This record gives sequence, C-alpha cells and structure tokens, in this order.
Amino acid sequence: MSDFFSMGGYAMFLWPAYAVTLLAIVINVYTARRDLQQARAEARRRLAASRAGTTDASDQALRGQP
Amino acid sequence: MDWTWLHKFGSPPHVYRLAGLLTPWFAWPAALLILGALYGGLVLAPPDYQQGDGFRIIYVHAPSAWLGVMIYAVMATAAGVGLIWRMKVAHAVAASCAGVGAWFTVVSLLTGMLWGKPMWGTYWVWDPRLTAQLILLFLYLGFMGLRASIDDTSRADRASAVLALVGVVNLPVIRYSVEWWNSIHQAPSVMKMDRPSMPFDMLAPLLAMLLGFTLYFGAVLLIRLRAEILRRERNASWIREELT
Repeated sequence: MSDFFSMGGYAMFLWPAYAVTLLAIVINVYTARRDLQQARAEARRRLAASRAGTTDASDQALRGQP
Repeated sequence: MDWTWLHKFGSPPHVYRLAGLLTPWFAWPAALLILGALYGGLVLAPPDYQQGDGFRIIYVHAPSAWLGVMIYAVMATAAGVGLIWRMKVAHAVAASCAGVGAWFTVVSLLTGMLWGKPMWGTYWVWDPRLTAQLILLFLYLGFMGLRASIDDTSRADRASAVLALVGVVNLPVIRYSVEWWNSIHQAPSVMKMDRPSMPFDMLAPLLAMLLGFTLYFGAVLLIRLRAEILRRERNASWIREELT
C-alpha cells in the first residue's frame, strides 16, 4: 500500500497533479449548479414581483433592489 | 427535407428543457469512465520503462489539455454561428464555455509543470507547446474580460465572438507546435496517424479518461447553459411556466 502512495518516488509530483485536476472537476460542477440555482431563484423573485403588480416592481427586482 | 427540428435549437425554452433532460446522460457515463480510468491508470497500467510511475501524470494532464483546446473549438464555433445567423442561444453556449475552458487550461499547465520538473528538470521553459497553451489561457481570459466589460449583452456577444474567432489561429499552433519546432514537449502518443505508441493497458485508461472528460464537459456546459439562458431571457413568459 505504501508502495502505491510513494509512486516509485514521484509522489510529490504525481499526487498534487491529481489533486489539482480533481479540484477543478469538483469546483466546476459546484459553481455550475450554484449558478443555475441562483438564476432560478432570481427568475422566481422577478416573477413574484411582476405578479404582485406594477412593472416598476419587476424593474426594481431586475436591479436587485428591495 | 424538414428542417424545423434545426430551428428548435434557436429557441431558448426548447434548448433549456433539452439541456435539463440530457445532463444526466452526460454526467453519469462521465463519472463512471473517470473513476474506471483512475483505477486503470493508477493501478492496472504498468510503469513506463523510462519514466517509471511518473508517467501516470499523463492520465490527468493529457485530458485537461485536450479539454482546454476542445472547449475553445466549441466556443469559437458557437460564437461564429451566433455571429453569422444572429442566434442568441449560440452566443449563450459560447459564453458558457469560457470559464470551464480556462479552468482546464490552467490544470493542463499546472499538471504539465509537475510532470516537467522530474522529467525535464524544470517546471517551465518557454517552449512552443507550453507558450501556445499559455496563450490559450490568455485568450479565454480576454474573452471573459471583454464580456464582463460590456453591459449590453448583444454587443458583448458580438465583440467577444470576434475575439474568439481570431484566437482560433492558436489551435493549430498548439496541435503542431511539437512538429514545427524543436520542442522539448513529447510528440502525441494517441492522436496521430499511425498506431498509438503505447501498450493496451496504458492506452485504455487514457482513452477512457479522454472520453470521460469530454462527457464531463458536456454535462457542465448543459448546466451552465441553462443558467445563462435564464439570465438572458429575463421577461420571457415561458420561464413562468417552467418555474411554477
């Protein structure tokens, strides 16, 4: 097992390379999903504001003001 | 011939729904391929006769470099389609590509440095291949910076599309840099005309990783595209139906 982790002496180069790649894979999925949730929430707020009444309300929601 | 199916790809609601349906069909095969390739590359593949276990960095380095280049090609194609046919969805695709492409270009540069140090004795040289890949990163950053600096979406779309298309000249430079110049970087092992110069149990994990990364990008692009479409289609009535 320790043979596996030492990677024939290349551990200090190999594992950081794998770690950085894994990090990129995870971060890109995370940010993509977070962006989609935020865009959905934002669209819902906008819809609620425009349903509540005037176009003013939806304009304000567009600018992110209360 | 009936071309109406093609026009559907210009329709934001259709693309939004289709992207949602397709995402798991990219994500799950990608996850399985990458996990399988990880086991194949780290455990099953034999050590290289020159580089020992150090060569295993190829299983994360080559697929990242491939994504950096492939995503740019997708981005530039989408930008070109958007520019020529004034197709908003195509611009949304291009805008969704840039961030992921930049990430994996950075990963290819970092993993390349970590491979270069033990094999070449240095993290970085101003070699044609390395320099061209660094320029690729600057093209992505320029594309994103330009978009961020223009408030009007359709103007940002057009300006960034022109930049993306100009940057396409860098792609063949990356591809052929190791042949045109005396590069320290090794020649392609897989994507070349004759047979790949690797035994099967080294090659199979690499091919699985390349396909897995490609499908992974497909899944991330589809998610990002949906968010991008929602942000652009601010007042469209279809969003009401979709979200309630």
